Amino acid sequence: MALSTTASRRARETGPSGWLAVPALVFFLVFAIIPLGGVVALSFTKWDGLGEITFDGVASWARTLADPVTGNALWVTAKIMVFSYIVQTPISLLLGVFTAGRQKYRAVLAVLYFVPLLLSSAAIAIAFKALLDPNFGMGPGLGIPALAQDWLGNSDLVLFVVVFVIAWQFVPFHTLIYQGGVRQIPVSFYEAAQIDGAGRIQQFFNITLPQLKYTIITSSTLMAVGSLAYFDLIFILTAGGPGYSTRLLPLHMYLTGFKANDMGAASALGVILVVIGLALALLLQRLGGKNRSASQLEGA
Amino acid sequence: MASTTQAPATPAATTRRRPQASPRSVTRGRARPNFLGGLGGWIWLAVIILPIYYVVITSLKNQAGFFTSNPLAPPTEPTFANYQLVLESDFVRYFANSLIVTVGSVLPTLLVSFMAAYAIVRGKGWFLNSTNKLFLLGLAIPLHATIIPIYWMITRAHMYDTLLALILPSIAFAIPISVLILSNFLRDVPNELFESMRLDGASDWAMMWRLALPLVRPAVVTVGIYNALNVWNGFLFPLILTQSPDTRVLPLSLWTFQGEFSVNVPAILASVVLATFPLLVVYVVARRQLVSGLTAGFSK
Repeated sequence: MALSTTASRRARETGPSGWLAVPALVFFLVFAIIPLGGVVALSFTKWDGLGEITFDGVASWARTLADPVTGNALWVTAKIMVFSYIVQTPISLLLGVFTAGRQKYRAVLAVLYFVPLLLSSAAIAIAFKALLDPNFGMGPGLGIPALAQDWLGNSDLVLFVVVFVIAWQFVPFHTLIYQGGVRQIPVSFYEAAQIDGAGRIQQFFNITLPQLKYTIITSSTLMAVGSLAYFDLIFILTAGGPGYSTRLLPLHMYLTGFKANDMGAASALGVILVVIGLALALLLQRLGGKNRSASQLEGA
Repeated sequence: MASTTQAPATPAATTRRRPQASPRSVTRGRARPNFLGGLGGWIWLAVIILPIYYVVITSLKNQAGFFTSNPLAPPTEPTFANYQLVLESDFVRYFANSLIVTVGSVLPTLLVSFMAAYAIVRGKGWFLNSTNKLFLLGLAIPLHATIIPIYWMITRAHMYDTLLALILPSIAFAIPISVLILSNFLRDVPNELFESMRLDGASDWAMMWRLALPLVRPAVVTVGIYNALNVWNGFLFPLILTQSPDTRVLPLSLWTFQGEFSVNVPAILASVVLATFPLLVVYVVARRQLVSGLTAGFSK
């Protein structure tokens, strides 16, 4: 009898059984954590994707790191990350503030702003490929000769075109995040500022911006980590070209592994991707101080 | 008057019930309308709408019309022939595949993530603690970098080119964010509710289904939508883990249509419209849930 009371007390203290977490844990271990170890292991092998996997020491690493395309891919990734950040953040922030207002027309505009969120990267890439066509796309449609360029064939321009399309796809998402952030700022702050005679711009810089600190960190983290995942959009839009001008790291990994059949080198690139992603996430987390949870790191 | 602000209600309520709680007073004090903001808002609308408009009108043109008319002029003789062509090109099968993969991965994700989140929030001990930490770590890792080992595992398990090959890793990749969001919501359930149910003799298992699940149902819907959109629009797994038309999902089919129809741009764009149409219907019918699902956990 004494035994059963201790047993029931223990049940009360420990709560539900850890077994409940096991199914999720198993899925995650098998298809995420083990592959994470696997990508490290495979980076020390030679494998063409079909035949035998043989140990190959650091040959893949040596080959990958010596390849100028890898350095270029890192450079392209960094450029796209920085440019798309610089373009997206102010637009998203301003649109977030704009759509947080309660005016009817803003609500209607917001409904339309969020439509790109529904489209897959594949759909967006294909649409823009047609749209950017120098002969049958938007440029000649608007009748502005400057817009009738071979946007995707010009290696000086293509990076900015890619950044634009990325912004088109992802600004709505970040607008949504900022809209939520702005709506959580207490209205009394603005009322007090109005009594003090602060104008709209002063209110923006003295209330809105400081209050959005955590929202900015969240959005920035998602953008930075997310930009390591820009694969499908660029794969369809430019396939990394012309030349290597838009071949960023994830694309370089895919093409090395599945087109050049060099899985060892591709795995080494995968390891580099993981390390950069983790470092970025931790850095931004550190910058933001103790921010609620490690939550907001998902790239998608 | 200042107290018309929305109270910091439960997260479920804040995401679902914004318009009613609208603090109109934000705008009340402002005499001048914000012309600059409005102008920016309309410009961004043009940026968003023009590509969509172009895709829709072009998909209704015949090929001769596409090559001769102004790209931005509406078709003189609108035709649905392109849509017919896409539908006859096995579109329905790809649609069904997408549906199977989405439902097949979202439902198990929700089930195992909810159980794990419940155990993590209500339970104690090193096991659940470290499981939670592992999931949080999973958020910071660009998981698609592990695609090569996943490809190896799927081929070894003789699952290559099956829908199951898409479902299993999709579940694993969705688990960290799902557990995180669901546990954030479960933490808000007052402990007294559990205690009073326990006094009635309910087991942890019973409390999970009869108390916790109904209370966080909005969060489950939100997480489900978020994951469904990701899987539905996913491109990388289908590209790498499937091959034949029998297992082709929609985003991949857009890419292959592009190859099949080559210069028939109107037909390619018709496939883009058709693939987006189901999501557009969901957006019109359940916009609020969809939008809150998109930022699941990020704007909390």
